[in-house]
Amino acid sequence: MLGTTLIEAIEEAFRLIITGDPEVFSIVGRSLSISGFATILACVWGIPTAVLIGLYSFRGKKFVRSIFQAFLGIPTVALGLVLYLLWSRSGPFGFLGLLYTPLGIAVGQSILVTPILVSFASSALGTVDSEIKDLAKTLGASRLQTNIVILRESFWEILLSITASFNRAFAELGVAMMIGGNIRYVTRVLTTSIALETAKGDIPFSIALGIILMTIVLSITLLLNYFRKE
Amino acid sequence: MIYPTKGDLEINTKLLAIALVVIVTSAIGVYAVFELTKPKNQNLIVSTTTSLYETGLLDVLKTEFEKEYSHINVSFISQGTGLAIQTAMRGDADMILVHDAARELTFLEDGYGANRKVIAYNFFVIVGPEDDPGIISGMSPIEALTQIKEVGETGAIQWVSRGDDSGTHAKEKSLWTATGFDASELSTEPWYIEAGSGMTATLKLTDEKKNAYTLCDMGSYLNNYANGNIALEVVVEEGKDTLNVYSAIANNPEKEELVTNNFDASMQFIKFLVSDNVQSILADFGTEDFTRSLFNPYIPLLENEPDSDLVEWIQELAYFEGTECPEEYRYNAGNLYG
Repeated sequence: MLGTTLIEAIEEAFRLIITGDPEVFSIVGRSLSISGFATILACVWGIPTAVLIGLYSFRGKKFVRSIFQAFLGIPTVALGLVLYLLWSRSGPFGFLGLLYTPLGIAVGQSILVTPILVSFASSALGTVDSEIKDLAKTLGASRLQTNIVILRESFWEILLSITASFNRAFAELGVAMMIGGNIRYVTRVLTTSIALETAKGDIPFSIALGIILMTIVLSITLLLNYFRKE
Repeated sequence: MIYPTKGDLEINTKLLAIALVVIVTSAIGVYAVFELTKPKNQNLIVSTTTSLYETGLLDVLKTEFEKEYSHINVSFISQGTGLAIQTAMRGDADMILVHDAARELTFLEDGYGANRKVIAYNFFVIVGPEDDPGIISGMSPIEALTQIKEVGETGAIQWVSRGDDSGTHAKEKSLWTATGFDASELSTEPWYIEAGSGMTATLKLTDEKKNAYTLCDMGSYLNNYANGNIALEVVVEEGKDTLNVYSAIANNPEKEELVTNNFDASMQFIKFLVSDNVQSILADFGTEDFTRSLFNPYIPLLENEPDSDLVEWIQELAYFEGTECPEEYRYNAGNLYG
């Protein structure tokens, strides 16, 4: 049973990709752009925060860091529910009009991945060899110049934390479902399609979409590692 | 600029990676900006039931509607009837398309709804394994449920409840009540399983159990049976007790808590649903794949056979004070009620 379903699913996945099924392509494109936009948003506030935590010392730094670490594994449905209540038309931020929109999903996902980005990037910055810092300082670098050196040194780690953030956003279901509402042609993304097709009983199609999802996530990470090795 | 010595190769790889990231990011950015700021049509949000949505009917109606009203973009949020009504009460949907007369009446009475219109009907059936271990085939729904409880207590069979506050779940509960039991008390019994999911998922669960029965609307049953999702058979046929009536209700624009900017669009959609065009789509929907239609249009039935038993049943179940929508719940209804 499972065997035939899997084979059917793999065939279906190839068929969808080769025939260029327009709806599947639009769903994949929507997923990529929403989660990509979410990652960019998260970077806008996440990277400066990571630099602050990783490279500067200030009162309560440990506390701030543990807050971000605590939110690493925040359940996506819980976040989705909170945002849903806040953004509902009768909620306090209903006037923003974010509910059931792609932008709403993107903002929700950017909040979701911020702890990942901040935690990983700040610890990457914090672990740069202190000899490099000292060397830069001895060579007469200012504070800012030293920080730039450290940023360069941890380039790959930061890129990896951005990739991890994107993957988390791309593969999450809770926020996309509760904020987006899985509206066809508007907020239907890969994960919500999988949930819907499974609910509809179209298992091969669901698995096919799952294969596409995993292929994208895996190839991004593999590509990154490939460049890094070189 | 100061930085530690590096090989040329490494710098080139880094540049390449940076270039790649910049290209990908800007591509995503451009696409996202384009996608997110596209000139928006008026967006009509309809919260509706899974049993209507999962059959694919609403996708057909969306296409037809947008052909006629190109400035309106209609979106469906598919939920159980209970949640669908709550979504509308919070103002997150502009109208509802559901099948639970009692809760529809509450929705109207509490001032949230206006201009209710009965659209279509079909029947619930009790489905179960082909070999019918509970020996309930041919019984009336009440007899069948009594039998299911009795045999269920011996451990031989099980009952799968939707358990998700949907319209189908409400029907189940009212059938149990009519049988003389309280469904919320039964839910603690080992033979009474609550699926907590949509119709198709519940059918799949029932099918996997091999000895379980469930209540299902005819549309979802035919859809899943023809797709080969399930091997369940209909054991209790349609009748007065298992009638299933779908109605549309617009959000009441006079209700203060509701931010309804789309009343006109809602009304256009309701008028569209009762139009000859849609009513004949309903009569045909599914006939190609399932040899019979999944839903039956109500308007032509009312016009052609106003004295039939079926119309009487529908009105008994889904009319309030002898009308589908009492006067006080009508608002700028125009010619909607003839």
